[in-house]
Order: sequence, then C-alpha cells, then structure tokens
Amino acid sequence: MSQALIVENLVKSYTAGRAPAVDGLSFAMPMGATYGLLGGNGAGKTTTIAMLLGLLVPSSGRIAALGHDMAKDRFAALARMNFSSPYIALPHRLSVAENLRVYGHLYNVRNAEARIAELARDLQLEDLLDRPAGQLSAGQKTRVALAKALINRPELLLLDEPTASLDPDTGDWVRTWLERYRAQTGCAILLASHNMAEVERLCDHVLMLKQGRVVDEGSPAELVERFGRGDLEEVFLDIARGTRAEAAQ
Amino acid sequence: MNGSLRRVWGLVYRHLALYRRSLPRLIELMYWPILQMVVWGFITAYLAGVQDNLGSVAAGVLLGGVLLWEGALRSQMGFSVSFLEEIWSRNLGHIFVSPLRPGELVAGLAAMAVLRTMIGVIPAMLLAWFLYSFNIFALGPLLVAFFAALIIMGWAVALGVTALILRYGAGAETLAWSVLFGITPFAAVFYPVSILPAWLQPVALALPAAHIFEGMRAALTQGEIAWGHLGAAYLLDAAWIAAMGWVFMSQFQAARVKGALLNIGE
Repeated sequence: MSQALIVENLVKSYTAGRAPAVDGLSFAMPMGATYGLLGGNGAGKTTTIAMLLGLLVPSSGRIAALGHDMAKDRFAALARMNFSSPYIALPHRLSVAENLRVYGHLYNVRNAEARIAELARDLQLEDLLDRPAGQLSAGQKTRVALAKALINRPELLLLDEPTASLDPDTGDWVRTWLERYRAQTGCAILLASHNMAEVERLCDHVLMLKQGRVVDEGSPAELVERFGRGDLEEVFLDIARGTRAEAAQ
Repeated sequence: MNGSLRRVWGLVYRHLALYRRSLPRLIELMYWPILQMVVWGFITAYLAGVQDNLGSVAAGVLLGGVLLWEGALRSQMGFSVSFLEEIWSRNLGHIFVSPLRPGELVAGLAAMAVLRTMIGVIPAMLLAWFLYSFNIFALGPLLVAFFAALIIMGWAVALGVTALILRYGAGAETLAWSVLFGITPFAAVFYPVSILPAWLQPVALALPAAHIFEGMRAALTQGEIAWGHLGAAYLLDAAWIAAMGWVFMSQFQAARVKGALLNIGE
C-alpha cells in the first residue's frame, strides 16, 4: 500500500537551549488510513501539523507527503492536500459561494462551479451559498470549512479539531460524513483532536504525543487493552499524568 | 488560464468580492485622494490670486504633484492593506497552506494595488479637471509612464512593509499607512531636488519618485520630456523591487523557520 505521509526523525526547536517542541517524530501513514495525533496542550500537535503543511520549516528530519519531499517540492504536495481548522477562519464578509470560489481558483480546481454545487449538495450548504460566512452558526461554519477542505478532492486531509464547539448531533453528522468520504475516496486523514470518543470512532491508528515525542502508538483498541483501561480517554489521562507504568501493571 | 494565473486571479477575486460588499471600503479608497486634491486646489487658487504669473505654474506643479504622489501612496497602501485584510480576517493560514506561491501572492497583491489606485486616484483627477480646470490627462502617454513608475515604487515600499509585518507581526501594521508619508520630504513632490541641502540630494535621487517629479515639472513648465529622469526612475524601480523582493522572500522564509506564520495576527 502506498504511503500518504512519511515522517522521519522530525525535530523542531524554536529556541536554542530549550527542549524541542517536536523531538524525533517518525511515522508512516498509508493511503486510505485515518491517523489520530493526540496529546495534551503543548505536546507538539500544532507544531507537527504546521510542519506537515509547510507552514513551518523543521529543524531536522524529513517529510514526504503523497510522494513529494516537503522541503523541495511542497507546492506539488499542497495542491493534492487540504486542511481544516476551526481556529483559522474564512473571510467573514464573503459569501459561502465566493469563499469556495476563491479556493477553487487557488487550488486550480477544474469546473469549480460544478464542484461547489456538488459539495453544497453533499454538505447541505445549498441554502447557505449566498450567505456571508460570518453570519453562519458554528455547525454551518464547520460544514463550510469542510467544503473548503474538500474543494480540490484532497488525497491527504489534515483536520485540526474538526468537531470543536459543535453540538453532539452536528459533531456526529460530521464524523459520519468523514467516515463515508474516506470510504468513497480512499483519502488519508490525519486528525488532531481532544475528543477521545471521536478518535476511537474514526482512527485506525493513534500517535500519543508528549513533550514532542511519540510515547505510545497503536490502534485505539490496542492502546485501551495495553493500558488495561476502559476507553481511550483513560489512556490519555494515564499518559498525560505520567501514570502509565502503574496502569500497565 | 494557467495554474499560476488562476491562483493570482483567485486572490484578486477574493478582494474584489470583499469590495463589492463593502461600500465604506470603496468610499475610503476615493476619500483621501479627493480630499488632498481639493485642499491643494484651493491653495493653488489662493497662490494664483496672490501673484498672477506664478499661479498657473503653481497650479500645475502642486496639483500634478498631489495627484501623482497619490498614485504611489495608494499603490503602497493597496498592496499592504490587501495583505493586512488576510490577517484581519484570520485567513492567512488557509492562504499559506494552499498551493499559492509567494511570488503569486505578491502578484495578486500588486494587481490589487493597481486596481485600488485606479479607483482612488482617477476620480480625483477628473474632479481636478472639473473644479480647477487642471487637466493632468494633457500629459498624454507621459502621464501613464509617470504613474506606472510611481505605482511600481509603491509596490517596492509595500514589499518592505509586508516583510516587516512578517517579521514583527500585525504590530507593524501602522507602517502600512505611515511609511510613504515619511519619504515625502525626499521625494521632491512639490519642489525640485536642488532645493534640498546638498547632502540630502543623493538620498532624494536614489528614489524613483524624485526623478518622476523632476520629469513632471519639466513637462508641465517647459513642455519637455526628461528622458534621463524617466529612465533613471525605471532603473531605480527595478533596483528597489529587486532589493525589497529579496527582503520579502528572506522574511517569509525566516517566518517559516521561526513559526511566525502561525501567530502573525498577534
């Protein structure tokens, strides 16, 4: 199976003499897989995602996204990837359709109007296309952000907290939609989330980060079993609080 | 449309869509050039009343200077403010993780600078014709040459300002409104370079604007085309664009190393 993402010995130090934000991260994510990037605040998730997107230059190590070396050929990879985060907005005064049109152009999407219509139908945005993005509810904004992230039919999708601040019903709708999208397209998804139920449901493999290092990894079921816990949230707490040894005994 | 042009158009479309929906933004584009032109128009009318033989010369030199200098100011602000619009809307993260190359970002911002300048300055030029019978369009193709050189100078200054915003974050955004005003005394907009102290004249002559305004005065008062000044202005434009382009690219790369693109709005 071909690899969507290969990360080798990734290190990022912001300040000399201080502990690196990411310290020797390595993993490979196959096409069609959903991986979860978990860790407490300051564990290195945002720094890792920023490096995977080319926003941040690693201090050392290598990233290959969809076969492209991100140090040398990042724009070729970025054209086939996309990203969504509730912490990065779309211009509020532009309508939903105008926002999607902008990104249709930026990602050089062929027949962008048809693609926008298709996404509007799939993500239930048809009635919102003429509304300014700033006037939407949190759930509507999440659906628009997803539409933006899917405008170029990405083969690799990076999602930062895709259901943050959504009510349980809308959150479930987004998760179901992502499961269906992955099954239909074979897209690889890397997900950073603090919602452990979401990670257990969506992810095939989880990387547990602490102080910039992978301290454990495996499928959600493997991690729960290895730690002798009832669910992934308890595993997360064991790792975050450093009680792993006791839990594993 | 090839991929690169399409991405540039995407960025331009984003700003055109914004202006289509924002009347205050459109009015703001025209407000200052018209206000400047009206104030300087009254000053020239006053001077004409004080001394007849100086009046027509002053009218041409002052109003021509105001209208052309607005070209540089609006170009610089158009470029810098379009970049700031991305910061204010918290959209920069999406822009930088798209396949838009830094050179395409610059091209899109430069195109927006031209559009904003035209929207801002052409009404002021028409109003100067209507109110004060000052027809800057009488310069003909020379007006286009002067105006284009000043727009390019505006891009160069804006590249420097944008580089500083990348370096220092949105805290440097006030430079977008103030930096070119600081250059005005050395740009010889309203007086010849020879008026400046001798030690300051090389500084002025290193700016494309000083050559443009010397050329404008030659055209308006003597009816001559100062080819030397025009050529010098474009050569200096090329040098300043190259230098500021290098500064911008260096700061963009430095921002990617330091992580400044992650929190540029702060």
